[in-house]
Formats: sequence, structure tokens, C-alpha cells
Amino acid sequence: MQNVIFERIEKDINENDVVLFMKGTAEFPQCGFSAVVVQILSQLGVHFKDINVLEDSEIRQGIKDFSDWPTIPQLYVKGEFVGGADIAREMYANGELQEFLNEKGVEYSSAA
Amino acid sequence: MAMDISTLKALIQNGIPDAVVEIEDLRGDGEHYAAHVTSPAFEGKTRVQQHKMVHEALQGKMGTELHALAIQTSTPSDK
Repeated sequence: MQNVIFERIEKDINENDVVLFMKGTAEFPQCGFSAVVVQILSQLGVHFKDINVLEDSEIRQGIKDFSDWPTIPQLYVKGEFVGGADIAREMYANGELQEFLNEKGVEYSSAA
Repeated sequence: MAMDISTLKALIQNGIPDAVVEIEDLRGDGEHYAAHVTSPAFEGKTRVQQHKMVHEALQGKMGTELHALAIQTSTPSDK
């Protein structure tokens, strides 16, 4: 059963440059930590796919098993797990996230 | 069940060699903490790997009992 879920996750993170598994949606985040990452990505002008784990209990647990990371949100760039809210915030604050996006060839507005 | 600061600190210190742990209680509710962990054991590891070491030290409480622990990691040389 688990590999069916893992396959779904792999499909999402490979078909979209930036994916955020989150509680709620980009438009209506339902958790402070998820909202932090949405705000960072919006400020950077990065296009991303938001996946609301609250609407899919299989993904909600599956993503934690997939990345061996116990919390939501989880940010993926080009199929790679970047981190949760803390790591995303820290990387954004010191410019590492912007550098990482450059390395991965993901567009963002450098005005941020 | 909320967790007190000393328990949280002890868990991390026991789980990570030579860890210096600073804990901030963000809201006084025993759930929203910020933990800054410094240890030479983090040297050469990615941030995700460093955070996973803290998660392991917390023995599965991360994301369950500890609803919202903000983690920051560094090595002695980062400081």
C-alpha cells in the first residue's frame, strides 16, 4: 500500500519544480508554519504546487514516511526535500534558498 | 501533554553528543518552544540531517507530543 502513496508523491515532486505539502492551501493556509513557507515562496515570486494534506490522510502520513520527517509543511524543489518551516525560513533569511533555487534553475523574482 | 523545558533539554542533550541546548518558551504553553542546538556532531552534515538528529533525540515526540518545536542547529564553528 505504501508504495502506491510513495508513487503518488514521487509523481507530484517530479512533475512540479516546487511542491509544498502543507496544511490548508496557498490561498488559505491553516497552520502558522505552513503559512510561513507560503509567504516566503510568494515573496520570492516562486510558482509552486500546494498540496493540502488535511484533505488526504494517506498523503499526510505518507509524506512523513517518504521523507522520514515528522512534521508538515514539507518543501520540495526539483524532487529534493529542502526542509520544513524552520529550515526554509533560515535559508531564506541568509540567502541560501535563493542560491539553491538558482542552482536548480528555478525562476524567482530577485527583487525579494 | 505539555513538556517542561528541563525534560526537553535533557532529551536533546542525551541524544546528541556534546550538545549545547538553549530553549526558549515562545508562548508559555509547554508546546511552542524554540530550541537552538549547537554540537560538533553536526559538522559536515546538511541542515536536514542535523534536524533529523534532533528529531531522533526527541524519540518520536516531534510532531506528536511536541506540536510545534522550532529547531535551529549550528556547529561550534558557526557560532
